[in-house]
Amino acid sequence: MAVRTYIEAIREGMRDEMRRDPRVIVLGEDVGVKGGVFKATEGLHAEFGETRVIDTPLAESAIVGVAIGAAINGLRPIAEIQFQDFILPAVDQIISEAAKIRYRSNNGFGVPMVVRAPFGGGVHGALYHSQSLEAMFCHVPGLKVVVPSTPQDAKGLLRAAIRDPDPVLFFEHKRCYRLIRGEVPDGEYTVPLGRAEVRREGRDIAVFTYGLMTHFCLEAAESLARDGFACEVVDLRSLRPLDRAAIVASARKCGKVLCVQEANLAVSVMSEVAAIVAEDCFEYLDAPVRRLGGPEVPGVPFSPPLEEAYMLNTTKIEAALRELAAY
Amino acid sequence: MPLGDDDVAVMRPETSPGSDLDAELLLTMYRHMVRARVLDERMWVLNRQGRAPFVISCQGHEAAQVGMAMALKPGYDWIAPYYRDLALTLVLGMTPRDHLLALLARAADPNSGGRQMPAHYGYRPLNIITGGSPVATQVLHAAGAALASRVRGEDAVAYTSLGEGSTSEGDFHEGLNFAAVHQLPLICVVENNGFAISVPWSKQGHTKDVADRALGYGMPGVIVDGLDPVASYHAMTEAVTRARRGEGPTLIEAKVARLTPHSSDDDDRPYKTREAVAEEKAKDCVLRFRRVLEERGVLSPGDAEQVRAQCMHEVDRAQEEAENSPLPSPESLHLHVYGDQ
Repeated sequence: MAVRTYIEAIREGMRDEMRRDPRVIVLGEDVGVKGGVFKATEGLHAEFGETRVIDTPLAESAIVGVAIGAAINGLRPIAEIQFQDFILPAVDQIISEAAKIRYRSNNGFGVPMVVRAPFGGGVHGALYHSQSLEAMFCHVPGLKVVVPSTPQDAKGLLRAAIRDPDPVLFFEHKRCYRLIRGEVPDGEYTVPLGRAEVRREGRDIAVFTYGLMTHFCLEAAESLARDGFACEVVDLRSLRPLDRAAIVASARKCGKVLCVQEANLAVSVMSEVAAIVAEDCFEYLDAPVRRLGGPEVPGVPFSPPLEEAYMLNTTKIEAALRELAAY
Repeated sequence: MPLGDDDVAVMRPETSPGSDLDAELLLTMYRHMVRARVLDERMWVLNRQGRAPFVISCQGHEAAQVGMAMALKPGYDWIAPYYRDLALTLVLGMTPRDHLLALLARAADPNSGGRQMPAHYGYRPLNIITGGSPVATQVLHAAGAALASRVRGEDAVAYTSLGEGSTSEGDFHEGLNFAAVHQLPLICVVENNGFAISVPWSKQGHTKDVADRALGYGMPGVIVDGLDPVASYHAMTEAVTRARRGEGPTLIEAKVARLTPHSSDDDDRPYKTREAVAEEKAKDCVLRFRRVLEERGVLSPGDAEQVRAQCMHEVDRAQEEAENSPLPSPESLHLHVYGDQ
């Protein structure tokens, strides 16, 4: 096992799939010679050339729309959107086209495409380099939505996403890129889409989360463990489809549930998780389901005190856990 | 100041109906045009009888579509059409039966199994890429298909078409710009019938012609008389030849006529004078081509009636088959959301 950062694992995932399968191409803004603004595609242009690593015009709808056409005609494109905040001009292509192409053609065509985009705050990126917009895509049948939290998952889930027959939105928390390191298995492995992972076992409180927040939740759980409360931290990893069975199992086992996400809560991923718990675990609950998320403001502000007030952290999560423990 | 006729990038091929093509090819063109017209008219009949909820028409576009389609390699080239391309899809190999199954929302509809509204074409065996209702999105799909063919080293071209109103969309711009930058084998055909539902070209763009926009992308812009199948065939043949040779994309503007309201749900009287409608009908491309072929002796007296009768017979049979074909079962609602189900 080698130790890799989150972004190195993503880069290796793309590189290994490109070596394995000549149908895999990468396209996006600055993905070529520069290797991406975060360096996710560094080295790919040198190894695979400009036929397979394509600097596109600055036009997000084209990046996704061209990827759709290429996927229909037999390729396995990885489209990079530089920041998730800039995916919105491509939403028509993602929701009206990619998500519906298999269904509307009665299985005549599929779109085996991955759209990668960094999301999330805590990096002084302000309103338009910090958003967490995953929920709007989770609403859409025909799409799959993935958010890895560890290097091992980042590589394994990305490889699974590239091999998937349908469009997968692969959202990478940009603060994880260099902050999170971890062991990555040698050789070819994939991590299946649609499965959550229990990161820490416990029987007092079930904590459902994903992305950067997974790490904050694990720190908070460690702190509670010192006082004798055992939290079970479940990393959802796949936001569509959700791993309903894993959610139900942990919620029933613990009887108390905290849902933690960076995005604001209204009509969000954790709205769905809470609904699943309400539907399937009502008789097992010892406390109301609690949710912790971003505030209902349009974006993450730039100035440090405002950004800090916006963002969740270990302290805020720990406080919510202690309240729930005391219920 | 609108760009004028003299812009260097805009080419206007000479149109001379019926020139330099052999009689058999001209006759094939004519048969295709009549077949599309007869089928289109039948769809309106079914709509007015209350048997089909929605029709959108290719009437007045047949010459352009037939000419263009005959310059392509069916099943090899990639096609991202739009909702008026009935004649185009027929030439490529779809059948009246296919289209009537779609019109009547039958399970056997090869476009979508009855899931989409009629005229949302898509047919895997012929590389006709499924289309949705938002306009101009398909320009990007065609660019992507062209890119994929080139990555594999094939000389297939990608064809896409749209109405002149749809050229106001961002995806039209993004698609042509992408194709030009990467010199992709893409041919984009704008079937300009003058109206986007009710809105005339003057309210879509401030250039005289749509093809003027090609200048901004650094690609050839070609204006062709879309009422002339031979001129359309030549324009497309030239663009396809260039694309296959790796010489990049072309924008073709076919000047056509819309002989019906926008759709079966539209009434064009508030925005189109009856004189303008009569003028367009007088230039009906099917009648015009018939006259040309009769003058040249390609069609003998009685031939046109015979062609029409054959098409009517085929459409009668297709209608009967479509009407006897089952509707989708409610259980099939959940199928094909994902490929790994």
